[in-house]
Amino acid sequence: MTSIFCLRVTINFVERDGEVVSVKAKLGETLLDVAKDYDISLEGACEGTLACSTCHLILKPEIYETLPEPTDEELDMLDLAFGLSDTSRLGCQITITQEMDNMTVEVPKESYDVRQ
Amino acid sequence: MLGRYVNNLNKRTHRFSNFSRTYKICVVGSGPGAFYTAQELLKRSGAEIDIFERLPVPFGLVRYGVAPDHPEVKNCINGFTSLMQTRRCRFYGNVNVGKDISVEQLRSAYNGVVLAYGAENNRKLGIPGEDISGCYAAREFVGWYNGIPSMAGLKPDLSCENVVIFGHGNVALDVARMLLSPVAVLEKTDISGAALETLINSKIRNVYIIGRRGPLQTAFTIKEFRELTKLPNCHGHLDKNVFTDLNSIIPDLARPRRRLTELMMKTALSEKTAELCQQTGSQHWHMKFNRSPTEVLSSPNCRRVSGIRMEINKLEKTSEAVRAVGSGKFEDLACGLVISSIGYKSIAIDENVPFDAVTGIIPNVKGRVVSKRLYCSGWVKRGPIGVIASTMKDAFETAEMISEDMKQDNLPTSSCFGFEEIAKYLDQKGVRYVTFEDWNKIDAHEKYLGRMKNKPREKLTSVVEMLNVIDTP
Repeated sequence: MTSIFCLRVTINFVERDGEVVSVKAKLGETLLDVAKDYDISLEGACEGTLACSTCHLILKPEIYETLPEPTDEELDMLDLAFGLSDTSRLGCQITITQEMDNMTVEVPKESYDVRQ
Repeated sequence: MLGRYVNNLNKRTHRFSNFSRTYKICVVGSGPGAFYTAQELLKRSGAEIDIFERLPVPFGLVRYGVAPDHPEVKNCINGFTSLMQTRRCRFYGNVNVGKDISVEQLRSAYNGVVLAYGAENNRKLGIPGEDISGCYAAREFVGWYNGIPSMAGLKPDLSCENVVIFGHGNVALDVARMLLSPVAVLEKTDISGAALETLINSKIRNVYIIGRRGPLQTAFTIKEFRELTKLPNCHGHLDKNVFTDLNSIIPDLARPRRRLTELMMKTALSEKTAELCQQTGSQHWHMKFNRSPTEVLSSPNCRRVSGIRMEINKLEKTSEAVRAVGSGKFEDLACGLVISSIGYKSIAIDENVPFDAVTGIIPNVKGRVVSKRLYCSGWVKRGPIGVIASTMKDAFETAEMISEDMKQDNLPTSSCFGFEEIAKYLDQKGVRYVTFEDWNKIDAHEKYLGRMKNKPREKLTSVVEMLNVIDTP
């Protein structure tokens, strides 16, 4: 039997410049953890403590639908994110599961400030 | 702890050819605008970067602006610290650019100069009585509770029951929250010891947060507003009438504004029983809209703030904005403390650097200042708005411009001596500069002082003290 902690799934990150980077991620890690390990251009300034929006990622609708609803606190931070979309999430709040194998997530390119 | 979130500059994205290996760049200032520019430039090029800071301690408004009860926001310091572990980035503190050393001298010593010194001044209300004792700029108040040396002697008198804060931005809400938070929360933060002592003895019961315009024009963000609604033993009050017309508009607002307005409306409409509001020891915040201060009132004999006079505004919609227009009706509110939180402002630090006094920024195109080899980043580039994420994005843009100029050969690669040259000037002037290792000593000492009091750190609040700690073997 393989321990659950050894299981890995493939995550495809679409970088800002459009490059697709496919990486192997451990179950139970967050998308921000994975992005950091593979040096995807995701900042994570507050280190996953729901105090910034710099690990903002855009998910495919079919994956977004399957996830538990984001908390008010996550939505509050997403409201400050650049390029906010209907399927935006914070990478630090998404835990990798088996169902996510081969999913594609996008590092947002759009740049506008919601306060302007 | 430094962990997986640190910056590894040797991984996948950081391939760069020899083109940029000989560049020496300096950054003036060491807040998020400065560090994020340095971080991105280190990733994009092989340049060596020196960071100059006026104080002996780094991190600017992350250390002195972010509220003490928001320690998570300060986690970006770990990333900045990891940058200093690369040999290509150095910190020189206690160097006042514009006084100890000129921008021209930096330009001769470095291939490129990035100005990221932020916004150290504030906009003024411009009304009679603003200079009366008991009337402060939020910038001063924030600096005081965060232990910035220049504000250590502020000693605000919190023996009054009512406080008025002007401004509807996050700084205004930070100040309100600090005045209304239980001591049990504050004492576990890195708030300055003197400020904690003053807040423990505070008699404040009512904090009025007043803005010129309406709920749709507020500049604060929802996280900060939500925190206000959750303060223990504290009740929020908003004028229900202001929200009555908004119901039909809300669904069409962009999501951030919609969620914020919904939360404000929900708070406004939630019934507070009279007995709840009268509870002994309970505190209150009152958010008021459509009011401009016209005069700070004072008691005739003791020259202290006794209240504020406001004109009630009507909102007028023009094609570009919603403007507040005075109605000719006035209202007085009794208070013992007035804090104006209507915006920070940058200043010019060197007459040879272009500066737009009206907008309060260095004129620039994506971070490039007119003359080549001069750049800007952070609040002095964009104006004093936005959270750290906005400053980060903006700093990345400046770094991109610099690396672009390197690639296009717009930055001369003539051999610059960098800090070697600057050190000569500083030595001549007798300026005692400090390094990141020196800061590490201060950092360790502050954390040690904090442990004695069960708080994350006790900041040193004088430059002399800081230098003494460095000199202690």
